[in-house]
Amino acid sequence: MINIIGLIFISIGLAFDLFGCLGLVRLPDVYCRLQAATKCVTLGTCSILFGTFLIVGFTAAGIKSLLCMIFLALTAPVAAHAIARGAHRAGIKLWKGSVVDKYTEDKEGEA
Amino acid sequence: MKIFRWFIGMIFIVGIVILIIIRPLPFLFYPDLPYINFLGRVLYIIILACILCLYRVWRGPTGADRIVAIDILGIMIIGLCAVLTISTGRPWYIDIGIAWALQSFITALALSKYLEGKGFDD
Repeated sequence: MINIIGLIFISIGLAFDLFGCLGLVRLPDVYCRLQAATKCVTLGTCSILFGTFLIVGFTAAGIKSLLCMIFLALTAPVAAHAIARGAHRAGIKLWKGSVVDKYTEDKEGEA
Repeated sequence: MKIFRWFIGMIFIVGIVILIIIRPLPFLFYPDLPYINFLGRVLYIIILACILCLYRVWRGPTGADRIVAIDILGIMIIGLCAVLTISTGRPWYIDIGIAWALQSFITALALSKYLEGKGFDD
């Protein structure tokens, strides 16, 4: 029974991974790609690791997969935020259909 | 030219789907593990997602696209290591996953700092 629940978790994570990569290919802009891919793939991989923990149980590999899940949930948003900030400071243009850019408005307000 | 590229992509995706239906990926170590057919098909889907990421690395218009794709690829390989842990029954694959998570995080931070570039002066 616990194996079936673990396989269901792995399937959900797999669907999130695949659709996140599809967004990475299809969206028009660096920032759109970043916000599609990072959130979907982080949740999908955390779900796969939780399914692994459910199947393997309280062994060394299960505890390590839980540890890896917590580490991933902490560090992936930090990396995504750093990449977005670096891209914006390097002067990469937004897509022409974008309607709001708060970061540029803040920098102009300070200066 | 655009129709040609659409055609190539359609052939690729239909081929992967037919492979998933027909034949799961064989495992050399434990061929009589339970759920082995399902886990073999899981590996096909993860490899398909990794190939989509590699397309964005190959043809990114800017450098930031390539950095994003490398980061996403690193996160997805952790999932691949987790699936290999179950399917082969060897627990040291998840150690590779943890090491890869650390390395991917530090790589993403360093590359974004390199991309920022002009900000070092002020």
